[in-house]
Amino acid sequence: MGSLEALIIQIQGLSSSAGDISRLHVILKQSEDSLRAESTRLSAVLNELDPSTHSLGYLYILEACTSAPISKEQATTLVPYIARFISYCVPEQIGVVPDKFISVCKRLKDQVLLLGTPIRGVAPMLTAVRKLQHSSEHLTTLHPEFLLLCLLAKCYKTGLSILEDDISEVDQPRDLFLYCYYGGMICVGQKRFRKALELLHNVVTAPMSTINAIAVEAYKKYIMVSLIHHGQFSTSLPKYTSSVAQRLLKNYCQPYIELATSYSTGKIAELEAYVQTNREQFESDNNSGLVKQVVSSIYKRNIQRLTQTYLTLSLQDIANTVQLNSPKEAEMHVLQMIQDGEIFATINQKDGMVRFLEDPEQYKTCEMIEHIDSSIQRMMALSRKLTTIDEQISCDPLYLAKAGRERQRFDFDDFDTVPQK
Amino acid sequence: MEPEESPSRPLIDDIHSNGDVGVDEPSRSKRPIISSGEQLDVEAYASLYQGCTKIMRLLFIADHCEGNPGMRLEALRMAYDEIKKGENTQIFREVVQKIDGKMGPDYGMDSAWCEMVDRRAEQKKEKLDNELNAYRTNLIKESIRMGYNDFGDFYYAHGALGDAFKSYVRTRDYCTTSKHIIHMCMSAILVSIEMGQFPHVTSYVSKAEQSSEALDPITASKLRCAAGLAHLEAKKYKLAARKFLEAGPELGSHYNEVIAPQDVATYGGLSALASFDRTELKHKVIDNDNFRNFLELVPEVRELINDFYSSHYASCLDYLGNLKANLLLDIHLHDHVESLYDQIRNKALIQYTHPFVSVDLRMMANAFKTSIAGLEKELEALITDNQIQARIDSHNKILYARHADQRNATFQRVLQTGSEFDRDVRSMLLRANLIKHEYNLRASRKL
Repeated sequence: MGSLEALIIQIQGLSSSAGDISRLHVILKQSEDSLRAESTRLSAVLNELDPSTHSLGYLYILEACTSAPISKEQATTLVPYIARFISYCVPEQIGVVPDKFISVCKRLKDQVLLLGTPIRGVAPMLTAVRKLQHSSEHLTTLHPEFLLLCLLAKCYKTGLSILEDDISEVDQPRDLFLYCYYGGMICVGQKRFRKALELLHNVVTAPMSTINAIAVEAYKKYIMVSLIHHGQFSTSLPKYTSSVAQRLLKNYCQPYIELATSYSTGKIAELEAYVQTNREQFESDNNSGLVKQVVSSIYKRNIQRLTQTYLTLSLQDIANTVQLNSPKEAEMHVLQMIQDGEIFATINQKDGMVRFLEDPEQYKTCEMIEHIDSSIQRMMALSRKLTTIDEQISCDPLYLAKAGRERQRFDFDDFDTVPQK
Repeated sequence: MEPEESPSRPLIDDIHSNGDVGVDEPSRSKRPIISSGEQLDVEAYASLYQGCTKIMRLLFIADHCEGNPGMRLEALRMAYDEIKKGENTQIFREVVQKIDGKMGPDYGMDSAWCEMVDRRAEQKKEKLDNELNAYRTNLIKESIRMGYNDFGDFYYAHGALGDAFKSYVRTRDYCTTSKHIIHMCMSAILVSIEMGQFPHVTSYVSKAEQSSEALDPITASKLRCAAGLAHLEAKKYKLAARKFLEAGPELGSHYNEVIAPQDVATYGGLSALASFDRTELKHKVIDNDNFRNFLELVPEVRELINDFYSSHYASCLDYLGNLKANLLLDIHLHDHVESLYDQIRNKALIQYTHPFVSVDLRMMANAFKTSIAGLEKELEALITDNQIQARIDSHNKILYARHADQRNATFQRVLQTGSEFDRDVRSMLLRANLIKHEYNLRASRKL
């Protein structure tokens, strides 16, 4: 009891400068076990501390509070505390013990899920992610947790805001896998299939020494998104994919590969029959929504093919070619595609004719010029980054040692000071 | 011969008159030529050939002319007579089985003849064997070569084609002059064509053509025809056409143990039509004096090539239709008739639409003697295949030529390349980061 009071006074006292913080850190580490023992009383103590000035201490106490399994009632009281803490805490103090911060946030997620209201955790988690990151290119362990909450709460747009960032620094490979997988699912939910394909592609082709379940599930979704977006799918993975993935992924995703082959024949009846027979498989993988989208995309692809060969076509002919049941259905499909911007056409209801138009984009507007200009700037920045990284690696002693060891020695004059291990 | 079409006829009329052949052009009389729309005259056809190929062709006709028992029996009868002149008892037995006694006792199984031939064969074989052994012990190159040659001839006459080929090839080690080599190559080519092994044909043709002495024109022609046949079999129609077109008129009927000059014209003409473009067609076929001599023998093919070049597609396709039934009975061409015809038809369609900005589909359907719906389907396939750059206005039934806007296409491509570069580099950096992480992990574990 006394030690707890003393601890609190020390927290309040030593939270002002960097030197104090480090001393406080040492003290807190030593008192960790005693804190855990008093976990029941700690929630009362929290009121005495201010999360913005005493972030480190607050964090330790929070972590001790939540270390024991929490019941629903306790969760209802704790969640607001944690949320408030996250929004007020100071990144410099948090940065001293990132692991504790991460575990507190993960427990927030668990509690929010326990209470059945994932949406309460979305905003706090977003703030937490931003505070934990060194830079906008840093992928933390909290990113996938955040995306998971977005998925469960169906707040796809918030999730997208995180996904717009480019990632180049990764803490743990597992984080990346989960991040890309959940990110892919969010993009699919928002119908941003190009970005979803990119994220899922990253999971599937990431370096891995053994096959993992995330990659398998991602591959299944990758096949289907590829069919929806490109209308085709090739089973050969690029050269930079790990050999494990190249060999084994196909074995786990057989029904989906057969779906892709059936899709490529272009026969709608066959595709639907196949989907029907394998319905349980798709449902057990939670992929039935995507499968439905795959089936509807085949109609779209056939209609798009028609725009390449015809200038005008009657709705009846469209219905016949694309194997729809009636001109009314064809009209609905075409209308939907015009609204989504997938084709350019006008429907003449009097004659029952559709007139296909060229893409009206002339590439002459100011917006287009700005778009091209910004793309060029972006490419140049990327190039520069690539060159910098290349230079960094060439100066890295580990790399030089390895390269030096394997170098040919031609004559005695070929002497330089590369270390030989 | 047909009078030449008057060159001063206005072009518009030409295009319009594509559909009605009989109105503006003089009617074409039907000539009693072998490959006409009428039924194939088996006897006349067979008289063009001799030797093994005659029998093979007759048997092929007999096997493939369903629904025409008269022609079948005729072919079998001629085959029977021809076989009796030779010494191939195996084929004899097959033919007798096919005849099945339908032509009376004259054309039944003649076991006495078979036995006599077989016995004679045995004796001859022994004699040849002894002679060859004697020559081999004497080590006289020329006689050994003759010995193997005789063996080859013997096997060929008895239908043992594999052994014949081996014997001919064995003479190679004992050939001293280039004449010998050429003789060996020609025999090997003959047997290979009979066996249907065309890769051998190509290799022996090139071997013969590399000989140091100049080849006499007849042999050169023969080699080119053989090469043409090999390319035809391999579905390389352009190369086959080129080879056939180079065969000189001196060939005559010198190679009718393999191919008749009518065949050279037909094969060459059709493959040229299916694979050459307009300039090559004009230069190599229509203006080719040598080839004209061949085309004279099959005026229908000549007419159809001329019609195609002058855009009279209806009559061209008519001729093709007439020839089809008989071409399907040809031993070398029957596999390729369908694909050659499809290629010719597609070329006609493409050529028709090429010079126009817009084409009325009704007139085009008339010119090609097909329905508008069918024509639309064919054009759709060609457009999807990117062989015609156009779009169909299905409402008004017009085909509009469409030229891709290069400027827009370039912009689109540039933006797409940019985004692909962006995506690829970013994922590359990500992967590099992961690998570095793993490497650091392993390094830190080692330390």
